[in-house]
Amino acid sequence: MNRTVPTGSLARPATDLADAVAVGALMPTELIEATFARIHEVRAGADGLNAFLSIDPDGAHAEAAQVSTSPFRGTHDVRLAGVPIAVKDNIATLRLPTTCGSKILANYVSPYEATAIKRLRDAGAIIVGKTNMDEFAMGSSTENSAFGAARNPHDDTRVPGGSSGGSAVAVASGVVRIALGSETGGSVRQPAAFCGVVGVKPTYGRVSRHGLVAYASSLEQIGVFGRTVDDAALALSVMAGHDPLDATSSSRPVADYRELHGMIAPTQPLSGLRVGRPREYFPESLDPRIRALTDRAANTLRMLGAEIRDVSLPHTELAIPVYYIVAPAEASSNLARFDGVRYGLRVPGNDLREMYEHTRSGGFGPEVMRRILLGTYVLSAGYYDAYYKRAQAVRRLISDDFARVFADGIDLLLTPTTPTTAFPLGAVSDPYEMYLSDIFTVTANLAGVPAMSQPIGRVDGLPVGAQLIASHFNEATMFRAAYALEAALGSEAHR
Amino acid sequence: MAVSEDDVRNIALLARLGIDNAGVPALVDQLNGILAHMDVLQTVDIGDALDASATQGMQLRPDENTPVPLARERAAFAPEFRDGFFLVPRLATHGLSVAGRGDEA
Repeated sequence: MNRTVPTGSLARPATDLADAVAVGALMPTELIEATFARIHEVRAGADGLNAFLSIDPDGAHAEAAQVSTSPFRGTHDVRLAGVPIAVKDNIATLRLPTTCGSKILANYVSPYEATAIKRLRDAGAIIVGKTNMDEFAMGSSTENSAFGAARNPHDDTRVPGGSSGGSAVAVASGVVRIALGSETGGSVRQPAAFCGVVGVKPTYGRVSRHGLVAYASSLEQIGVFGRTVDDAALALSVMAGHDPLDATSSSRPVADYRELHGMIAPTQPLSGLRVGRPREYFPESLDPRIRALTDRAANTLRMLGAEIRDVSLPHTELAIPVYYIVAPAEASSNLARFDGVRYGLRVPGNDLREMYEHTRSGGFGPEVMRRILLGTYVLSAGYYDAYYKRAQAVRRLISDDFARVFADGIDLLLTPTTPTTAFPLGAVSDPYEMYLSDIFTVTANLAGVPAMSQPIGRVDGLPVGAQLIASHFNEATMFRAAYALEAALGSEAHR
Repeated sequence: MAVSEDDVRNIALLARLGIDNAGVPALVDQLNGILAHMDVLQTVDIGDALDASATQGMQLRPDENTPVPLARERAAFAPEFRDGFFLVPRLATHGLSVAGRGDEA
């Protein structure tokens, strides 16, 4: 079995599938059967990829039967009619558990569903399963899952990246064309790069966070994985938009991200586009083969008509220290709700405090405990000014770096997504060394700007991703370049 | 700046995390290993960035309570629930405070 090449209907783009279902040329029940057959293939054996934490064949078949009926097709939005979708296990769904990859929520089934899920289902999408992840999205390898590590389908001795590793694997292994993830510091883009698929983090506020289990509220967004740029653009166009249930959701209109898809490209489709190449993302220490592939992507953009300029984002090297103060600080507050009182695990104690402590220490894994301790420390009396307040100020400087280059006329930034390819399982044990795998991605979360990763080639058979970053709410510009780059690179992006 | 074993015990108390004494030295090492990388922030000229971050907040919706209908009753997911209440163990100090009030009376 080839673990990265889908077959039959699973090989067709999401728009093709939805169009075929909408006109009655494809039965969604057949598509669902093929999807579950593929799930069982990639799960099978001792070296199974461990992408899914739960699956819902009965529910998916029932929904597929409903989508098949003429009344559904006549009265509903059919942009995703019958399209199977996988969902990271920190996004609330009604039928399947939402465990966040943690023992503390091992049996938790949400009593409400996320707005993003509702929008996808209203457009005909069918949720087939929930995917593996680092516990509470804290990690970069999916090794921190309480339910075992996920594995990279390109080399099952290696990590798929994280924290949304299971969703990246679900797309890369050909189970689904579209999967949802969440981003706090690169948790969609980094696994997308490691697994050779497309991963998009929208602008902060573009997609409702209602129903996304909170970790670091000022940084995180629901993001999307696609087998292609168009798969991801389609899903984002359905999910994006204002939601009264999320105070930080934007009411700005949603652009047509698929506007340029299928356009017969003129000679220079990116004419007039100015792309910045920030020197801080190409340090001396960068693997020269990753540098060469990213430079090839830059040259391709140039041949497509874009102008490439060297730019500087001088505070980039401060992003990891800032992120690992701000995110744990917010985590220490957000995860206070897991105390054994209203839902989730309860470990008994002789009194209330002992019950809190037994529950939290028994339910959280080591990385979550470490980040809660770190966050509590940087917010505590005597250390707040030195750590948290200063980190917020430096976060502003990082955000200003982006504002400055975009104000100077740059439309997009091009960088490598990650400094390395997927590393072997168990190879990185030092927490800070693990944090550094997000070094090129955390800046976009700190600044709130949209960013995406797409495949641009291989090193030693392992995928390499390039990152495109746009200014706030300019996802359409990002997709314009991504469509053109994907078409121009063709199969070169995957070898 | 570095944390001590007492600091770790104190922040674990604040965070309601039970940690074994035997695990404290390892946590101290790990946290100090991480915090050492944060020291670089003390050397940055932040100018008026602090003031800027305080004034450029995101525009939020009106702070109105919008109840979300639940597909399942709370009793279905609560560890212990009775008569509309979440049940929890007694506070360790509960008996003392009741006794204290009695003495004062």
